[in-house]
Amino acid sequence: MESTLDIFVKAIFSENMIFAYFLGMCSYLAVSKTVKTAVGLGAAVIFVLVVTVPVNYLLENYLLKEGALEWINPEWGANGSNPLDLSFLSFIMFIAVVASIVQLVEMLVEKFAPALYGALGIFLPLIAVNCSILGGALFMQERQYSTILDATAFSLGSGIGWFIAIVAIAAIREKIRYSKVPAPLRGLGITFIITGLMGIAFMSFMGIKYGKEEAKDDKSSAVEITIEETNTINIG
Amino acid sequence: MSEKEPREPLFSKKNKKLVTDPLTDNNPITIQVLGICSALAITVQVEQAVVMSASVLFVLVFGNIIVSMLRNLIPSRIRIIVQLVVVASLVIIVNEVLAAFLPDVSEKLSVFVGLIITNCIIMGRFEAFAMGNKVWPSIMDALGNSFGYAWILILVAFFRELLGSGTLWGVQILGSAIPGEEWGLYTMGYANNNMMILPPMALIVVGIIIWVQRSRNKALIEDH
Repeated sequence: MESTLDIFVKAIFSENMIFAYFLGMCSYLAVSKTVKTAVGLGAAVIFVLVVTVPVNYLLENYLLKEGALEWINPEWGANGSNPLDLSFLSFIMFIAVVASIVQLVEMLVEKFAPALYGALGIFLPLIAVNCSILGGALFMQERQYSTILDATAFSLGSGIGWFIAIVAIAAIREKIRYSKVPAPLRGLGITFIITGLMGIAFMSFMGIKYGKEEAKDDKSSAVEITIEETNTINIG
Repeated sequence: MSEKEPREPLFSKKNKKLVTDPLTDNNPITIQVLGICSALAITVQVEQAVVMSASVLFVLVFGNIIVSMLRNLIPSRIRIIVQLVVVASLVIIVNEVLAAFLPDVSEKLSVFVGLIITNCIIMGRFEAFAMGNKVWPSIMDALGNSFGYAWILILVAFFRELLGSGTLWGVQILGSAIPGEEWGLYTMGYANNNMMILPPMALIVVGIIIWVQRSRNKALIEDH
């Protein structure tokens, strides 16, 4: 069983939204020309993911999943006589939730935090159609997180992973302006290739082991290694 | 609108251009940079890429028809939500059909069928074309853009599947590497490039396609 912390770290590194699933690539490529705008969009993505995924989690578990309507009528439960499965509605519900929450957040931020609105404002409308937000909701549905805390940890981790990715590529793109890129590769082409290389670098995080059981195994093998090492040292 | 407006022939030069332009010089993936999200993740096998392209074709054609018919009724303030509802309903149809008739492909595509909703090509074409044009040109535009999307997708999948697992559409092309039954290239010590199956290589393959395309047509080169 994965702990909440495992889910969080996994979402940032080994299952990074950009490098492992390519979610939100369109805005990633379009808004990564300068670090400043990249930070703004990245922060907006974290914010919206953390708000929408838990809401969609509640919807999924109390409305859409097979037998989720048990709280209204026991007959509709998974073990009831007439189990209801509304999961075919999930796409339309999720996207409606995302679009309306983005609108709401935009209005609230504008009213109560004008400074934040100045920084995030122009990016919020972009986010309604950012694949990573809907992707977050759909992965949450597919992976069946057991508690809302896990789902929130997943959304926060994915948001932070996305933030790291876009800020890193923006910093690289700012610097690469001073180097000699072959003309046909300039702009889009080189960005693709750099993102690919960054993805290869991020794959090194796949070696992280998650879960308590595996961690224990790891520790015992680590102990063995130290014993062996001390032996060799003694021999030496 | 005056009724005496001269009728345009169905396949006029302008309409043909709508179909052919997105195939090369105005390609949705390599030039407009739309729809990358789903394009890269499902190009491990040709079969998935073809199914994905067909789904996008269906959603884009019917979505463009619907949005183009409704274009004078949609209040511009809420147009994004109306468009999202149109796409989401069409994607639900696609998802249910795939789950019923192609269950294993549907499982492999997993969340990426749902992500057609936020595929930028679709919203981009609604905004840029269907909201301001009649139904027939919108259909042409949808066909052009989804074929433009499809051929890049299938090309990437072709290289990734051929070099990564030595197969095409699941059929062994380069021979077989099973010990004892080796044939084809594998007898000469050829090995699959497992790198091609991993996600980052999709980006690099698309980068190379962009490189080739832009070195053939200098007008497309960006200045940084």
